[in-house]
Amino acid sequence: MSTAEPDLRAEGLHLGYDDRAVVSGLDLAVPPGRITAIVGANACGKSTLLRALARLLAPRDGAVSLDGRALHSIPTRELAQQLGILPQSPVAPEGLTVIDLVNRGRSPHQTWWRQWTKADEQAVHDALAATGTTDLADRAVDELSGGQRQRAWIAMAVAQGTPVLLLDEPTTYLDLAHQIDVLDLVVDLNRREGRTIVMVLHDLNQACRYADHVIAMKKGDIVAEGAPADVITAETVEDVFGLRCQVTTDPVSRTPLVIPVGRHHAPEPDSDSEEQESRPRKQ
Amino acid sequence: MTTDSAITDADTGTVSGKTKAAARPFRLAFPPLSGTLRPRQLTVTAGLAVAVFAALCWHVSIGEYGIPLADVVRALTGSGDAGTLLVVQELRLPRAMTGLLAGIAFGMSGALLQTMTRNPLASPDMIGLTQGAGTAVVAGIVLGWDFGLGTQALGLFGALASALIVYGLAWRRGTTGYRIILVGIGVSWICLSATDYLLARGGRFQAQAALGWLVGNLNGRDWQQAAPLAYALVVLVPTALLIGRLMRTLQLGDDVAKGLGTRVQTVRLTVLLTGVGLVAFATAAAGPVAFVALAAPQIAQRLCRTAWPPPLAAGLTGALVVLASDVLARELIPGTELPVGIVTGVLGAPVLLWLLIRVNRAGSGG
Repeated sequence: MSTAEPDLRAEGLHLGYDDRAVVSGLDLAVPPGRITAIVGANACGKSTLLRALARLLAPRDGAVSLDGRALHSIPTRELAQQLGILPQSPVAPEGLTVIDLVNRGRSPHQTWWRQWTKADEQAVHDALAATGTTDLADRAVDELSGGQRQRAWIAMAVAQGTPVLLLDEPTTYLDLAHQIDVLDLVVDLNRREGRTIVMVLHDLNQACRYADHVIAMKKGDIVAEGAPADVITAETVEDVFGLRCQVTTDPVSRTPLVIPVGRHHAPEPDSDSEEQESRPRKQ
Repeated sequence: MTTDSAITDADTGTVSGKTKAAARPFRLAFPPLSGTLRPRQLTVTAGLAVAVFAALCWHVSIGEYGIPLADVVRALTGSGDAGTLLVVQELRLPRAMTGLLAGIAFGMSGALLQTMTRNPLASPDMIGLTQGAGTAVVAGIVLGWDFGLGTQALGLFGALASALIVYGLAWRRGTTGYRIILVGIGVSWICLSATDYLLARGGRFQAQAALGWLVGNLNGRDWQQAAPLAYALVVLVPTALLIGRLMRTLQLGDDVAKGLGTRVQTVRLTVLLTGVGLVAFATAAAGPVAFVALAAPQIAQRLCRTAWPPPLAAGLTGALVVLASDVLARELIPGTELPVGIVTGVLGAPVLLWLLIRVNRAGSGG
């Protein structure tokens, strides 16, 4: 892994599918060596942005650049040595073992004649150890529990050995214990190995606790970004999610903790106010 | 990691106990060369190769008069008495070799397409390639073109044309495996209807000749059919084995594959063209032998205990299935030679049903 700080940024980015524009004129600089969380309501363009950062989606206008080079000008394999992406809920073929999955993470480092070097073997060994999947190596991925499966996929991305790692909702479909398990693992990867991580998260409180930098998106635009304590305020949450809430302090991590108000459980006064648009939301 | 050990322990109780005992690949290195070796896959492939050779000898030994296996082996190496040499090398070997080579081509083609689309149902006989070749060849027979080289060219043209139609229609900002299957099923029915129309239009004699070819038939094959197929395989088999490596990431889905540095559309198109070439030459030589391309890769995958159909083992399984089926086809009813396609169809249909049931249960149809 290169020790230089990766510089991933987007300038004047326009993204969309067919005739639907999702992101229009977005600028972004990913803080190197930190964990960045992108939050926002459903369909606000956060996954679309992440896909563009990973070159899975070509911009209509503007560009994403890595270390000063436009992403689309970097050869595919070279980019895959610098930047890894784990899409949301990937599916492994039936019967594929964890070790076979993690081995595939080394593909960008392999050639016809150099298919499996000592370095590949070491990287896979380390990735299994870092994600706690060493004991699962010979199990089939589709037989694992949700949390184990997600750790196996992360192990694949870790074995890829990229300085930048993008994760699209790595905690989806996991129960709370496994969500925390995966997020702790993400912090390990960042602190131990200095990887730059960008992830899309649904849970605001988890974003506040696990990210150094939070980007709040609404309708394809960045509404606010910065340290969690600066970004996640009652006003921003109401603006971004259309949800009234109170923000206190997480007693464990001392980061912002969002408590939604909703329509039914607050003692006063807004049970009679009909203009309230916000739906109750589980956060 | 100490933090998640409790969670992991709690999990193991809920997960089904059948742990995959597949032997791990181990590393081979002769710097600067390096690669992996899967002991089980290697053993199975070697075993299949021996079985294919045995089936070939058995296939050659039977006929109007039997030849002892020892004499067959001697004749194959070019020694023995002149009569046996003539019967083996000129009369029987072309048919056996056509079956063997077509089996290899069908099996490999199925393995490539099944891996590419991540769906065992996406074999060339399911997505319209075989049917396209069939329509073109029947058109040739009915409209009065000749057998031999004509059939080869027509089969190749038909399979290529239907592949391009399937790929073109399935294209929407790139293609996905699922769309290729759906469009392919549509195209295969169009081809079948066109074939039926041609058969109805054609004269009785031509229709009879076309029907004989359409069921998949090795009767009366000579070197004229076997040779073009052999030349094609000299190019296509190494290609198939080389792109096997690039396809590994495709199995994980397009986004993951791109993230791992695979040029997804390029690899997919190369795989498709190689698969089409294999199935087209095989169909031209032996007719659309049913279900081999579907079943052989799945059998090979289970024998090797891999999570993907290994191309080489799939090809050898295909050869074994075709040769054994042809022996059955000749021996089943004394005095009559059934077309090999009928035997593989009868054997293959249950495999198709079993796959359909399994794909539905596993929920991996898409």
